[in-house]
Amino acid sequence: MSDEDRKHPDGMSRRDFMKLGGLTVAVPMVVGPTVVQVAGEDVQVFGPGKAPVTLMVNGKKLTAELEPRVTLLDALRDHFDLTGAKRVCDRGTCGACTVLLDGKPVYACSMLAIDAQGRQITTVEALGEPGKLHPVQQAFIDNDAQQCGFCTPGFVVATAAFVSKHPNPTDDQIRRGLSGNLCRCGTYAGVRAAVKQAAGKRA
Amino acid sequence: MSQYSWPEESQRKYIGKSVSRVDGPVKVTGRAKYTQDFNKKGLLYGKLVTCPHAHARVVSVDVSAAEKMPGVKALKVVQGPGKEIHWAGDEVVALAAVSEQVAEDAARAIAIQYEVLPHVVVDETEPPKDIKVASGPVTAEDIEDMFGNQVPLEEIAKALAERGVSTKFTESQLKEYKGYGVPDSIISAMRDAPVREAAAGSKSPYKRTATQQEGDPDAAFQQAATVSEGLYGMPLIAHCCLESHGAVSEWTDPGNLLVRISTQNVSGIAAQMAEPLKVPASSIRVEQQHIGGGFGSKFGPDSWGILSAELSKLAGGAPVKLMLDRRTEQQAAGARPSAYARVRIACDRQGNVTAWDSSSWATGGPTGGGMPPLPYVFKVPAQRKVHTAVLTNTGPARAWRAPNHPQACLITMAALDDAAAKLGMDPLEFFQKNIQLTGPRAKLYAEELNIAAELIGWKQNWHPRTRLTQGHIKRGLGLSLHTWGGRGHESHCDLTIHPDGAVDIKMGTQDLGTGTRTAVLMVAADSLGIPMQQINLYIGDSRYPMSGGSGGSTTIGGVSASTRRAAVDARDQLLAKVAPALKSEPANLEIVDGVVRVKGSTAGGLSWKQACAKIGAMPITVRGNNPDKTKLPDLTNSGVGGVQMADVSVDTETGIVKINKMVAVQDVGLVINEKTAASQVYGALIMGITYSLFEEKVMDPVTGRMLNPNMEFYRLAGLADTGELVVRFMRGPEQDKRGVIGLGEPPVVSPGAAISNAVANAIGVRVPSLPLTPDRVLAALDQPTANATTAGGAL
Repeated sequence: MSDEDRKHPDGMSRRDFMKLGGLTVAVPMVVGPTVVQVAGEDVQVFGPGKAPVTLMVNGKKLTAELEPRVTLLDALRDHFDLTGAKRVCDRGTCGACTVLLDGKPVYACSMLAIDAQGRQITTVEALGEPGKLHPVQQAFIDNDAQQCGFCTPGFVVATAAFVSKHPNPTDDQIRRGLSGNLCRCGTYAGVRAAVKQAAGKRA
Repeated sequence: MSQYSWPEESQRKYIGKSVSRVDGPVKVTGRAKYTQDFNKKGLLYGKLVTCPHAHARVVSVDVSAAEKMPGVKALKVVQGPGKEIHWAGDEVVALAAVSEQVAEDAARAIAIQYEVLPHVVVDETEPPKDIKVASGPVTAEDIEDMFGNQVPLEEIAKALAERGVSTKFTESQLKEYKGYGVPDSIISAMRDAPVREAAAGSKSPYKRTATQQEGDPDAAFQQAATVSEGLYGMPLIAHCCLESHGAVSEWTDPGNLLVRISTQNVSGIAAQMAEPLKVPASSIRVEQQHIGGGFGSKFGPDSWGILSAELSKLAGGAPVKLMLDRRTEQQAAGARPSAYARVRIACDRQGNVTAWDSSSWATGGPTGGGMPPLPYVFKVPAQRKVHTAVLTNTGPARAWRAPNHPQACLITMAALDDAAAKLGMDPLEFFQKNIQLTGPRAKLYAEELNIAAELIGWKQNWHPRTRLTQGHIKRGLGLSLHTWGGRGHESHCDLTIHPDGAVDIKMGTQDLGTGTRTAVLMVAADSLGIPMQQINLYIGDSRYPMSGGSGGSTTIGGVSASTRRAAVDARDQLLAKVAPALKSEPANLEIVDGVVRVKGSTAGGLSWKQACAKIGAMPITVRGNNPDKTKLPDLTNSGVGGVQMADVSVDTETGIVKINKMVAVQDVGLVINEKTAASQVYGALIMGITYSLFEEKVMDPVTGRMLNPNMEFYRLAGLADTGELVVRFMRGPEQDKRGVIGLGEPPVVSPGAAISNAVANAIGVRVPSLPLTPDRVLAALDQPTANATTAGGAL
């Protein structure tokens, strides 16, 4: 398997990263992308000022002027008022910021908003709404898989992605598949039951 | 006369049943707004510059570059030159800017110089045996501490006479102390104490040694058939609330402040902000609909809440969001004190515990840790206890779900478990043998022990420590029991029935995720005889009637009692208005499933809407109170027991502990909502597994810094770490007649002890201190005594 094939879920391969790491060209401080030659290839450089960013969120095109260092999570929360995804650990450990990127769960705190351009982003708000709940959301309510509720949106999104991939999960698959989300109130008993219900296997 | 007592089981549609939480839909869809989620237009982002040192003095603060940065709207030097700082993470400068990025850049542009001072951060080191009891003059704080630590009166008087005071107490001060209940002997000792100058630089981190004695422990130890000895403890841990501490404050006009704050204490915040902000409390409105965890750490506005208001003022009233970043949250926004103890237990030949001797120490920031109530639950006839508080530069301790109880529980139950092992007895049999020492709840504990033993398969799976599982995966069982108070707090609410049939309840309480909203609605619905969906509940606003802070498991008793009284009074007022139309007396009417009718009749009633139309033009509003001696019975009660058992596997090659199963048997009086009550216990077991296996603030003794102020190295248990969990409530008329008792804390007390005992049973040796990490397990296995059935010696 070549490096190119070994793409990360977020689309960056090891080679892409090496390219950026090898950047040696002085970058002028201007707004908007500058194209520089790195290792013989063109690479777009943004910032440090604000740059126009367009995101496809929940089927809608949203635009904002953002500094390139703004994470996808902060863009969603602070600029588009989609506050379902929470900022907790802010460094890719707890999963409270989980959103779907082209259908796959990612930690929105660990991705830059500009890198999420051109991808389909789905937040918890789009999975369902009160009165028209997603089966996973209903299962979380039925099994009381929530207390303070701060980790819940992240868990719901991760679970929705998990059950679509594993319609008949084993206990071990649930343990592994949902270990990327942390809860302080201790709702895992409810979450396990909710996953089984949502996957069509009544707990 | 109105019947305020809890309805009989046959009269309950909701109370005692399993009801999904009413705020579930907004939470699972991400629509629930927490403090962190407020993004009003014009919002400014607050940022703190905190001290990196555990103990330092501020030498200089240069904010000139930051102040000039475009987008910086407010800046305040919180601790200027000369200020002494006692923990890393304490704020020195606060600022607010138009975006988080600008705020970060501004914070980075601030230059602060410190003089670094010596620190104490490590908590497991045993205090020296020959601690010099403080010899400098006694301060008012010392006296309060001595009372807090139950130092005998004659010792307090002696300290005052020998050590003197630095300034003479005035008569008005003494009068004030007398008002607090300080006895005359101490008042006169304070009056007569000589004035002495404090010696400079004589500060010791070890303070306030309490000595207590009951019975004749020396004689008891001499006569003992066996004496078991051990060292037990748990370190300083964080609260690790997922929503960090903080607030969004805005001056809606120059005299009025709106504070959205992450708090367990909506009704109590304004009074705490009024003085520092120099505005009347009535000009401060506090709001919160949802909170992302508190666990005891969010009762005050904290300096951060006050700073958000001050920055807003500096910025012309614009809303300022100041939430702690994860690092500061872990460093400074909450800590459960550590506690360690060397314990000796004496038993007679039959296995009766006859004496207790403990030398304990605890840390927890600038004032030292609290003294755990030792021995826990078991009232041993002869006791001696010595306690030392160790003052550390680790940030102030805060109440952590069941303050002091998990520590006391581990120390006591592990020491008793080791005593059983030394006697060669099954701990279940040993605890049952000594159960009378638990006092009035002995029978209940005995019953709970039997139920838990059945659920975990104690008979089939327990083995003595001398007969371990073959192979390197060792399995063991452990048990523990606990207690808590949980009487309902002061709570008031207004319940209104409108002429169109709408009902609303206003109450200045908060729902921590315990299901408070749902419980209030269930009680109101059962009392009014209508579906809970017909009632609107408004909480989380300081403009509603005061309801106590959510701490000490006091909320459910308080809110359910005030709601019950309000709903019964409102119902009776409604029935009085409706009686003529039904040609009956109010006392002969009832409301069932939203139909007002003559008791027992099935026809000829009025619908709720029709009945409410008889009210007249104005609504009925009544105030419900708790406590309320004019509207008995009490409705709430205090004092629960509870037993937990753990089944673990320990890999003796890697030191990894795995939870196979935990069982919790809990009595809690009348259960309002079975579903959310069970969630409390499941959650407590999981939180307990977390602090038993993973949690500790790792403090670097050299730099004084917390090495894991994050969530990848400050570990919380994940879904894969928790094993099978079984929760069983004691139910039935015996429990119901006790009234409503709080449940938040009790089940989080026992896991540490139950798991530690299970590990000792599995590997044949005690791992003295939590968390039971691989290094600690392997170190315990490496002890020369590892093959004997004794407790570990060193931490």
